[in-house]
Amino acid sequence: MAQRAGRLSFARLRAQFTKEVLCTLRDPRSRMVVFMPPLLQLLVFAFAATLEVRNVDVAVHNQDAGRWSHELIRRLEGAGFIAQVRSVGSAGALRDLLDRGKAIAALEIPADFSRGLAAGDGGRVLALIDGRRSNSGQIVAGYLSAIAAEVGAEAGAEAAPETAPAAVRHWFNPNLVYRWFTVPGLTGILALFSALLITALSIARERELGTFDQLLVSPTSTPEIIISKSLPALAIGSLLGLLMIAAAAGLFGIPLTGSFGLLAASLVLFILSVVGIGLMISAVSATQQQAILGAFAVGVPSVLMSGFATPVENMPVLLQWLAQGIPLTHFLVIVEGSFLKAMPPGDIFMNLWPLAVIAAVTLTLATMFVRGRLQ
Amino acid sequence: MRPSDAPAAAAPRAGTEDAVVIDGVSKRFGAVWALRDLRARIRYGRLTGLVGPDGAGKTTLMRILTGLLAPDAGRAAVAGFDTVADKEAIPVATGYMPQRFGLYEDLSVMENLRLYARLRGMDAERNADLFAELLAFTRLAPFTQRLAGKLSGGMKQKLGLACALMARPKVLLLDEPGVGVDPVSRQDLWRMVQALTDDGMAVVWSTAYLDEAERCGSVLLLNRGELAFDGPPADLTGRLRERSFRLEGLGARRRAVLAEALDLAGVGDGVIQGAGVRVVLRAGAEAAPIRALAAREGARLAPAPARFEDAFIDLLGGGPGGTSALAEGMPPVDLASDVAVSCRNLTKRFGDFIAADNVSFEVRKGEIFGLLGPNGAGKSTTFKMLCGLLKPTRGEAHVVGLDLRRATGAAKSRLGYMAQKFSLYGLLSVRQNLEFAAGVYGLEGAARRERIGEMIAIFDLGAWLEAPPQTLPLGHKQRLALACALMHRPPVLFLDEPTSGVDPITRREFWTHINGLARKGVTVMVTTHFMDEAEYCDRVAMLYRARLIALDTPDALKRGAASAARPDPTMEDAFIRLVEAEDEAAA
Repeated sequence: MAQRAGRLSFARLRAQFTKEVLCTLRDPRSRMVVFMPPLLQLLVFAFAATLEVRNVDVAVHNQDAGRWSHELIRRLEGAGFIAQVRSVGSAGALRDLLDRGKAIAALEIPADFSRGLAAGDGGRVLALIDGRRSNSGQIVAGYLSAIAAEVGAEAGAEAAPETAPAAVRHWFNPNLVYRWFTVPGLTGILALFSALLITALSIARERELGTFDQLLVSPTSTPEIIISKSLPALAIGSLLGLLMIAAAAGLFGIPLTGSFGLLAASLVLFILSVVGIGLMISAVSATQQQAILGAFAVGVPSVLMSGFATPVENMPVLLQWLAQGIPLTHFLVIVEGSFLKAMPPGDIFMNLWPLAVIAAVTLTLATMFVRGRLQ
Repeated sequence: MRPSDAPAAAAPRAGTEDAVVIDGVSKRFGAVWALRDLRARIRYGRLTGLVGPDGAGKTTLMRILTGLLAPDAGRAAVAGFDTVADKEAIPVATGYMPQRFGLYEDLSVMENLRLYARLRGMDAERNADLFAELLAFTRLAPFTQRLAGKLSGGMKQKLGLACALMARPKVLLLDEPGVGVDPVSRQDLWRMVQALTDDGMAVVWSTAYLDEAERCGSVLLLNRGELAFDGPPADLTGRLRERSFRLEGLGARRRAVLAEALDLAGVGDGVIQGAGVRVVLRAGAEAAPIRALAAREGARLAPAPARFEDAFIDLLGGGPGGTSALAEGMPPVDLASDVAVSCRNLTKRFGDFIAADNVSFEVRKGEIFGLLGPNGAGKSTTFKMLCGLLKPTRGEAHVVGLDLRRATGAAKSRLGYMAQKFSLYGLLSVRQNLEFAAGVYGLEGAARRERIGEMIAIFDLGAWLEAPPQTLPLGHKQRLALACALMHRPPVLFLDEPTSGVDPITRREFWTHINGLARKGVTVMVTTHFMDEAEYCDRVAMLYRARLIALDTPDALKRGAASAARPDPTMEDAFIRLVEAEDEAAA
């Protein structure tokens, strides 16, 4: 007989690899998560997932008849992010607009505002922000204080002309195009979910069909099962990631200033570490339903903790440590760095080795979990 | 139990009226006819069996009768109500127990009863008498506080029956109530149904076990959506009078004799039965050739009572021949040792639960060895430890002398495995499934092509190579599964419930191959809950409550259960006897 009882056999691997590729591409559920949605999502999210604030209304209750309050209101009216400045006659009406969500912020200008500024001891404006929309509110507060500071500076300049205003220049993204920041990150997130779902479904699908038992009674070894299930997902996930990187550079015109070769290599390593996590989920899931739930239970917190929306440095120390175990955290640094910052190879390697460690750990654990099911 | 103990059914409208009228009912799913122009009547006061293999249309008919599905053509009426026009009246007039009754596993027995009473719009508090009656009838009274999820399969079915009987229906529809129920509980179910029909209720019992048909007052036999037979089962078996024989005392020669007998032109059907062979002659065939065969083998040729399954096969034009092309092409197995599979003190614990307790036995080369037992008896656990799918907590298992825990790869390449429901890759074509099976056992190049070509030729799969397996007819699907399991010519073959839900002709063909393989020296390990299938085995291990309670030849097991009242017991009788003795010893 032609069987060899070694741990790895090329014939067995090839048979399983062919099976795996055909199953992934023919399974409607897998196919659904593989190609079109990530590309569509990239387009949708690129336009929808923006933290910029536009088209908001601001309410103003002006009790000051002086020059500087009119200057402030004129500037508010001229600001691009404000749709309409609503002037009201009482503090009560101001609060009402805020309460009903008609305005995101309200300014109360006291009667002595212009006088104070002209006297050189500074004017004060009370700004009320809608805390229910805390993120946008904070951003609006930032914009408002910038405008108020400009007015204050101008008033101050008249009183003491030698003050020089600070000049701000934004590096890497001179016009602060928000898409330049989100799209590279999105490629990572979407590649993460595709690879996670493909692999999470792979063992669970076989278990549901009963073919997994068939595989376990054959002489194939657990490492062979893991390898044959990893490679197709790795190929598909990397291809998808590359397609999205191409779309980011070509379609959105985001400057890819770093090394493409290093970025591609990081992508492969990133997908490999995700494949390990997906196989771990699949090994402990009894059904495809459980596998999908498991993939989202892992995927969503990964995105939230990866530093995509909120900086890792702002999290509690314990979570910061945990974030280091998330492949996306490291890949985001690499992909964002490669796109805008021309990140040097040394810095990329600093984030590449954790990916290699995560991949080694998750793939080993996946092997152990598959073996553990035999107990 | 006296008939009057049963909960009284609401009186049917008139004694002569039919409980169920099926008038030209057809139902189609895509290109498949689930039911085709079905016409039948079911009477009150009688147990009617709705019998047929999986896919015959039983469940579709049940769902049409309960108003859950509308027929494409024709009409059906239950207790005088049209299943489409008077859909609302159906749940009031009928009790329906689906295959898995919708019990709430986290509620107790009593809470389930109360819930179903309320769902029926009954006042649960005022119906204490009815509950007491139902609990006494189903013998569940001692377990009212137990959670439904913790009941055994048989007790769950009884609770389901109690819930279905809640509204005192005129017509009771039971969809495969015997599945997953141990023989003892099944006896109980039969007893209850008998009491109900004696009281005038019409009971429809659907089943894929053809032997259950013999216990029904009347049978509707379905095959591929069409009515194959309608009437008392004895009418069908009566057609085989003078045509059923048993060749007794053949011993080790029985498989060869069966193969030879089946290849005779006059023999339509035959199976192994203990140390003998049962044959059924075709209508009008001469008995002389079989007499000659018996005389040559020195066997007694005794007339045998006809069985319903034999009659069904006869109705379909007889079973397959006796020669297995698969076994013909296979070289005889050569093993160093005479013991092919062995286990010693095999024990498996899941937490506090002991699934297998000190199971030990040895299986000789070329033996067909059966593992028999109700669900949860430890049959699957033992089987999985033997083929390396589960690691034993204690004890050891050897396949062809190799320890499964150490030399797993080497041991696994010596065994073939075919799972229940034929685990084939539905996303791959037939050819790709064969290629995968060859590849995963390390076959390469010319050897691989040759072996695959051989399997395609033997199992006649040529016409289906590019089709996905699920579109294959059941018989071909089973052939494909067997081809995949035997691609690497294993000396030991493990079969897990290989024929559950399969029609009898496909089963016959399957066993023809298995018998052929055994004659070539392949050792076959098989689990089954078909008691009559246990007759095909050389030896049977009976498991009950995680323990091996008996291990012997089928004939010896049956002899042990023989009594004055039952001189010729079946395997099921033998099993019930053993279980009862075991329970008494435990008490």
